[in-house]
This record gives sequence, C-alpha cells and structure tokens, in this order.
Amino acid sequence: MIQFCLRRLATLCVTLIAASAVVFVVMEVLPGDPAVVMLGTEAQPETLAALRKQLGLDRPAPERYVTWLAGFVTGDLGLSQTYRVPVSELIADRLAITGPLALAAIVLSTAIALPLGLFAAARHRRLGDAGVMAFGQLGLAVPNFWFGLLLVLVFSISLGWLPAGGFPGWQGGIGPAMRALILPAVALALPQAAILARVARSAILDAMAEDYVRTARAKGLTRRAALWRHVLRNAMIPIVTIMGLQFSFLLAGAIIIENVFYLPGLGRLVFQAISQRDLIVVKDIVVLLAGTVVFINFVVDLLYAVLDPRLRSFRT
Amino acid sequence: MTLLAVEGLTISLPTPGGPLRVVRDASFALERRQTLGIVGESGSGKSMTALAIIGLLPAGATAAGRVMLDGEDLLMASEERLCALRGNRIAMIFQEPMTSLNPVHRVGDQVAEGLILHRGLDRAAALAEAARLLDRVGIAQAGARLRAYPHELSGGQRQRVMIALALACRPDLLIADEPTSALDVTVQAQIIELLRGLIDDFGMALLLISHDLAVVGEIADRVMVMYAGAVAEEGPTAALYAVRAHPYTQGLFGALPDRLARKGRRLAAIPGTVPLANELPPGCPFHGRCPKAAPICRETPPPWASHAADHRARCYFPGAAR
Repeated sequence: MIQFCLRRLATLCVTLIAASAVVFVVMEVLPGDPAVVMLGTEAQPETLAALRKQLGLDRPAPERYVTWLAGFVTGDLGLSQTYRVPVSELIADRLAITGPLALAAIVLSTAIALPLGLFAAARHRRLGDAGVMAFGQLGLAVPNFWFGLLLVLVFSISLGWLPAGGFPGWQGGIGPAMRALILPAVALALPQAAILARVARSAILDAMAEDYVRTARAKGLTRRAALWRHVLRNAMIPIVTIMGLQFSFLLAGAIIIENVFYLPGLGRLVFQAISQRDLIVVKDIVVLLAGTVVFINFVVDLLYAVLDPRLRSFRT
Repeated sequence: MTLLAVEGLTISLPTPGGPLRVVRDASFALERRQTLGIVGESGSGKSMTALAIIGLLPAGATAAGRVMLDGEDLLMASEERLCALRGNRIAMIFQEPMTSLNPVHRVGDQVAEGLILHRGLDRAAALAEAARLLDRVGIAQAGARLRAYPHELSGGQRQRVMIALALACRPDLLIADEPTSALDVTVQAQIIELLRGLIDDFGMALLLISHDLAVVGEIADRVMVMYAGAVAEEGPTAALYAVRAHPYTQGLFGALPDRLARKGRRLAAIPGTVPLANELPPGCPFHGRCPKAAPICRETPPPWASHAADHRARCYFPGAAR
C-alpha cells in the first residue's frame, strides 16, 4: 500500500512538471512577445524593454522556467501586471472563495446523487427509477449558467431569500459569506448531481447482478443488507471515477458561475486576467488548475486502492 | 419426516412473449444424510429447481406447487422467514467460485458473516469458527488465510471457501449447483471427495446438480434425470445407472466418451436439441429426439412407469438399454 502511494505520488510529480512545462512553452517560448501581448502593439519601445526586464524575458528560457517553478515552492510568483499585488496573494484571496464553492458543490452533488441513484436502483423499472432517470436527463440538458439565472430569478428576485450575487468577504462573518455561496453552489451541483445519479444507478444495478450478491443472499442476508454490505462498496469504484472527472468540469463550471454571480473567485480572476492580458496571472492559475486536477486524480487513485484490494498490488 | 419434499413444482419466468414454464410438475424427495443428484443438459431446469428451493429465483419468476422443508412449505414462507432459513438450514454453493465471492471483502469475514447473522456470534468468535471451517475444507494455514482476499486464492481454494461459507451454520440441506464444473479435473476430484467427507461429518443432505454423470454417480444415493423442465427418470443411483429406463437417460450415457472404446469410434450424440420451453411439442417432450418414438408419444404425455418400487421413468416404452 505504501509502495502504491509512493508510485502514484511519483506519477503525480511527473505529470505536474510536464503540465507546467507545456504552459511555460505555450506562453513564453513560442513566437510572440509576452510583453507586446500585455502592452499592445502601440506600446513605446522603452516601455516594452522595461517590462521585458521586469518579467525577466532578457534571461534564457530554461533559467526563467526554473525560477518560475521555484516560485511555486517559495510562494513568490511575482507581481500581477494589472492588479499591482503579488500574484500569490491574489490567488490566495480568490481561492478562499472558489475552494469553498467547489467543495460545497461536490459535497452537495454527492449528497443528492448517491441517495437518488440508490433509490432508482432499488426501484429498477418502476416509477421512482423513471423519475430519477428523467431528472438525470434534464440535468444533462440544462446548462449551469442558465440554471444559475433561474435560481436568481426565483430565490433572489421573487422570494428575496438569498443574495443574487456578489460576495461580502469572509471577514464579515461566516453566515453572510455562506449565504452568498448557496445559489452558486446549487447551480454548479445540480447538473453534476443529475449525471452522477445516473452513473450511481447503473453502477449499483451492475453490482446487484453480480454472483457474490447471490452468495450473500444465499447466506441469509436480506436484500437491503446485501445492498449495504456487498453492493455499495463495489459500486463505488465507477462512482468515484466519475466524481474525479466531474471535479475538472466543476472547475471549468466555476469560471462561468462566478461570472454569473459576480463572485470574485479564481474563475473570475482567470477570466479577467485573460481579457486584460495579464499573462503572469493566467500562467500561474492555469498551472494551479492543472495541478488541482492532477491532485484529484491522485486522490481518486488512492480511493480505488482503498475500495478494491485487487488494485493495491497493481503493477504499472 | 422427510427433510425435503418437492411436489408438483412448476416455475415460470416472465418474458416479453408471456410467462415461460421452465420447470413443469417436478416432484422428488430427499431424506436426511442422503444425496440426490439432478442431471440434465443446460436448460433442463436443474438450476431453477435449486433456486426455487432456496427462494432466490430471478425477479419476476413465479413458482407453484410445494417445497416442503421438514413439513414447512417454503413457497408460502415470508421473505423474512426465508432469510432466517437461508445460510442457516439451507445453504447453497454455486458453479463459479471466481465470481461468487465478494472481491472487496476478506474471505474470513465472508465466511464469518453467516455465523454472525444466524448464530449471533461476535466477530472474533465468528472468525475463530471460520478458521476452523477453512481448516476443515482443506485450506492450509487457515488462520492466516482468513485475511486473504478472494483474488489471492486459486479457483479450487475459492470453491473450498465457498463450501466453508455454506457449511458455516451446519445446514440440514446443502444445494450444490455444478460445484466442480469450473475447476480443473484434478481439483474436481478433490472437491467431490471433500463434499463426500463433509456429508458424513455434518450429517446433512446434499442436492447435487451436475451435467457430469461420473461426478453424480460417485456421490449420489439417488439420481433424477431432468429433460426440458420435467423429470424424465428417477431412481437409486446404482439401479438407474444400470437400467437406464428412459431413452433420454440412455442417450446421455451413450454420449459419454468411453475410455475402453475403440479409437476412432464416434460418440453417440443425441440428435437435435432440447426444445425451448415455449416450443414444447405436445405429448412427450423428448419424442422429437427419441429413437423409440411411436405415434402415442406425439399425442399424450407419458405416465410414470415403475421399473422397481423406487425407480420410475416417464415413458411409454421404458426398458433397459442395449
């Protein structure tokens, strides 16, 4: 098990370095002067030269790459061009919104999807099953930004229960900040939950048809006991896979949802940084997002090993 | 009292074209400490009969008739009652040892589960008993093997674990559905030997389902031959194997490869295939493939013909082979 973890950890590091290298090459090495991109074609040559020096573009590429990587370790990522604050500070501030938002969304989505999937599987080919499948179909079809607008219309404008957007900040107390995150989290979570519920349903149905469930029943376990003790853990393997994949979609969805709800999160930051050509910020956030996705995959791999003993001794 | 008495068992499976009667009017009895072998081709209704006894027919299937265990009709029993009997008084082992154990649980826990459920043991006591059971079914270093996962065991070892699991609560009736068919020949013999020893030790009755006449002949006291969902012949093993009253039984024996036969001799296959349950001909279900078929066989199902007091065949022209 320890060996398995170490091997996965090594894969994680290699993937991270590869991802950062790709980002670096695309942004800084390929033809196209970052300084010109940032300042525009009308910029004065002296200003361009000054920016190049500030960005360190006068130094060779490998040296810049290593300095940049070291920055992730020390936390010194330089100054943002547009915000004039350290990038690491900027990212930390925004992460304090996007992190809880993504976490709330995945928790909410799982909390909705797993019971629904279980419910549908237990009522296979009956009304409850059809209802969950219909909900799943709807969730696949509805884009989350539209669903977000709908939530605002109902819960903010008509009912006035929750704020329509913006973020009061954590320093104003946890209550108001949480309230501001409820609608965005729901908007992110529901479409995901719809997909996850369908996956959970079919994973549970597949596991229920396995021979070992018949063995469990022949032992005298009730249908329900066989479901809890023998079906669920086996069904969790495909469910965890999809949850891992969904996390990447969640990050992409956060960019859109944060714009819909005017949340100053990481997604909104990367959106603004791209439109303002703040390449330093873009580069760092892209690597951060890639790192998050790679890390989630690592966690999913570990979960596989926890769930299924056959994968613990797996040699790759 | 007879341990198991099955009377007029008829099983229907739901299909888009209407219910399909896969077992028709099967009756047989099994005494304590006795072994009954059920033989027949695939689709003859052997496994469905077994699943009906333990109350685990597929969803939507219905069973009519009576399945009496010590005078209690299992077909009328509540699901709760059946859960109390399954794994406790009736146990079952299946054909596929590879997939019949849960891959994510340790084998010790899987064997112990029934003991915790039916005997009310705590986990430690149940695991200690599981170790004794694994030792009894011939697993070396049983105590250490409790912590093994199914994928760490060979097919034969897994089937031994399945047997230990089934025997955990010392059932009165063990149903074994093709317990050796998925195993190597050498392992098959070991498992049959093990089952035979266990029947003596535990004093249980065994319902052995197999398409392998040699396996059944070795272990069964009585044999029942099923064809297309109905019982074709039933009798004591020695008498049935010697007499082979039903032409279908004769066909089954004729299709066995004979070690003593001349090289190059063709195996005598039974012509044709088993009719599907929805395409059963009127009269005797075997008449289309029967060398003895006469006009009456095509019209009216044959009655039971007794060859001896406890040996009967459903045929108009029963008789010794050859």
